[in-house]
Amino acid sequence: MTLSPQLPSSPALPEPGFNFAYLDEQTKRSIRRAALKAVAIPGHQIPFSSREMPMSYGWGTGGVQVTASVIGQMDTLKVIDQGADDTTNAVNIRRFFRKVCGINTTERTEEATLIQTRHRIPETPLREGQIMVYQVPMPEPLYFIEPSRTEANKMHALEEYGPVYVRLYEDITRFGHIAMAYDYPVMVNDRYLMKPSPIPRFDNPKLHMNPALQLFGAGREKRIYALPPYTKVKSLDFEDHPFTVETWDQPCEFCGATDTYLDEVVTDDQGSRLWICSDTDYCNQRQQNNHLLTPTLS
Amino acid sequence: MQPLLTIDNLSKTYNSIYACDRISFDLYPGQVLGIIGESGSGKSTLLNAIAGHIPVDAGEIVYCDRSGQPINLRTLPEVHHRKLMKTEWGFVQQNPRDGLRMTVTAGANIGERLLDVGERHYGNIRSEAIEWLSQVEIPHSRMDDLPSTFSGGMQQRLQLARILVTQPRLVLMDEPTGGLDVSVQAKLLDLMRSLVRTLHLSVILVTHDIGVVRLLAHRLMVMQNGQVVETGLTDQVLDDPHHPYTQQLVSATLMP
Repeated sequence: MTLSPQLPSSPALPEPGFNFAYLDEQTKRSIRRAALKAVAIPGHQIPFSSREMPMSYGWGTGGVQVTASVIGQMDTLKVIDQGADDTTNAVNIRRFFRKVCGINTTERTEEATLIQTRHRIPETPLREGQIMVYQVPMPEPLYFIEPSRTEANKMHALEEYGPVYVRLYEDITRFGHIAMAYDYPVMVNDRYLMKPSPIPRFDNPKLHMNPALQLFGAGREKRIYALPPYTKVKSLDFEDHPFTVETWDQPCEFCGATDTYLDEVVTDDQGSRLWICSDTDYCNQRQQNNHLLTPTLS
Repeated sequence: MQPLLTIDNLSKTYNSIYACDRISFDLYPGQVLGIIGESGSGKSTLLNAIAGHIPVDAGEIVYCDRSGQPINLRTLPEVHHRKLMKTEWGFVQQNPRDGLRMTVTAGANIGERLLDVGERHYGNIRSEAIEWLSQVEIPHSRMDDLPSTFSGGMQQRLQLARILVTQPRLVLMDEPTGGLDVSVQAKLLDLMRSLVRTLHLSVILVTHDIGVVRLLAHRLMVMQNGQVVETGLTDQVLDDPHHPYTQQLVSATLMP
């Protein structure tokens, strides 16, 4: 792992022959309209005319379309895949937007104005003015309870969320605790049930009263939903089995953090493993700061 | 006394076929009304129409709620209708697989209606579920088992518990003993009779089994081709049938 300072990459010239951010202006406008509706009704899914993107479904086509619609020439983009900035999905989407927009990209959370993410919310707290874009595989929280969309829409409209708790009940009965580790359903603004996309439930508390605008795009399912800044978000639980987040017995082995989401990395075939921060940017910054601190400490 | 449910000239057609032809009756609190008739006589259609599962063509369905307020179910907004179905009504399906969630445990099946009405305390739901399991004579040790591991009779009793947990006032039953063998039927009937009495339930019971209505129903309605051909006290209708169809039906029943 390198400790070189990560400077924001300088803007490149956009690839000729493409409109800014790949999609044509009318399409971007229609997606922004859906996003505005979504912001107006927090947690409610708005259908939109999802386009074919130059990547397969399941690789973040929904997130890419939302990003393409809201990105501007002055934006600085960060892309996260499972917390990391250097994995295939993150690298490719970042390169894609550099190519078709010629904008700045960064790996540092605090420098970014727009963050597209898959599976994680950065450990660094977000601030006002930032936009988070989530890639969503399955937006409908009632799907596994009610396969009919018509009936599910009715349940949302009438706020009939009892059956969702049946799943929590079953978890407690079978495992003694609520075992859903990711995509843990939340109630938004005391009204709509929402899937937060497959983020670990460790990140659920970060959704609550977040100062950043959070947009969720599902490309294959053609849905957009949103959490405006400072929206109340509550993870489902029982009165006598409150919602909890994951904890680990050891700190991150690279930076020593004890308050972050840790990934287990198998290092050989002898059973050795490492526990390290899944947020690479946060971990790198802590390592740099520790590096600077070490001489004064010793 | 005010009737709990008033059905006035209810009609339902499928194209040119009258499934229910101008049916009227009153159901009083604590009363068990049996509806018998051959297959295709419109008794299940009538039950589904009352429950709001299918739209009706004409007629009125007026229900008197817990606070004594008469409610016209045909004009009631859907949100209130669905709430009513979960709190004050219950529907027992002929096949328990249609009325139960087969992929979750028996306890969760009973708890679901409590969760629907806003109960959010796991411990309370468990204790309610235990209470209702013992009411329907299912051992507590089976609470965390899937209904698919239950026998047919147990599944049907679980379906009863699942409905009764929110203490409904009106229960609609569509051939609840169909598909069960005679001894299990007898046990279920015995249970239903005692529950109806202790919980002061009103029941509309659709069946083609004369033995079932003789045991459970206070009043009886006989249907043929979508029309009510005879109505009255159960014993009266069965012991002194007037209409030729009822006479045929009664004489066709095997006497032990």
